[in-house]
Amino acid sequence: MATDFADPFDALFNLQRAVDSRIASDWLQDQTAAQGPFPPINVFQQGEDILAIIELPGVDKNDLQIQAKENTIRISGKKGAKLPEDVSIHRRERVFGEFDRTLSLPVQIDPDGIKAEYRDGILALFLPRAERDKPRTIKING
Amino acid sequence: MASTQDLQAQKKREVESKEEATIPARVFLPNADIYETPTELNVVLEMPGIEKSKVDIRVENDVLHVEGRIDLSKYTGLHPLYAEYNVGHYARSFQLSSKIDQNKIAAEMNEGVLSLTLPKIEEAKPRTIQIR
Repeated sequence: MATDFADPFDALFNLQRAVDSRIASDWLQDQTAAQGPFPPINVFQQGEDILAIIELPGVDKNDLQIQAKENTIRISGKKGAKLPEDVSIHRRERVFGEFDRTLSLPVQIDPDGIKAEYRDGILALFLPRAERDKPRTIKING
Repeated sequence: MASTQDLQAQKKREVESKEEATIPARVFLPNADIYETPTELNVVLEMPGIEKSKVDIRVENDVLHVEGRIDLSKYTGLHPLYAEYNVGHYARSFQLSSKIDQNKIAAEMNEGVLSLTLPKIEEAKPRTIQIR
């Protein structure tokens, strides 16, 4: 089940293929019914825990809020435009504005164990699965 | 101002090149803002996930090439469950007008955003002409 990225040469290709096959999967169900909500999110499984990797280039860490409640994560903030005055604009492809997105995960997470890291324009949310939600191996007696 | 608009995620555009790559990895176009002041041209490129040390900036024959390579090690042992964007290297090139002083191009990288400052050469700066 787990995709193995051990070979560095094929690693990126395998990741891209795996990501492609997961695009528009129903893991977050109706949470993402709207097309193209911002910011875009990739969700990975890391052992028993969940890792959400969010692309948010050019956001000030102080303008970013993350709230967690039970199995819901809310990511909100603003991406401010810092174009100087009195310039002529040749190309404008980047988007700016406020965003507010809530994810409901289909697994229970431990809200106290959530860790967030923002580096190089990527927000990584480490979401530990709640102990009570983890699958248990049942011994068969007899 | 655009601050009240609803933000939408942009679909990543892939680099379309005449040559085919020999490695199977995919390369995407970073979103760009380009603006001009009286003294310089500014190019701002969004390359989330790219470390400063993995960015390569070259100027060849008046063409500015920018390349960013992602660090895959962060994805080791991860199994994708759900995805909205693809991950890959970034590359983009711009044809420069010759009025750029190519030796004085400066670059800065913050939060996955690369800002390039391309100063104009003296002759290209606008001058106010006084009428006597």
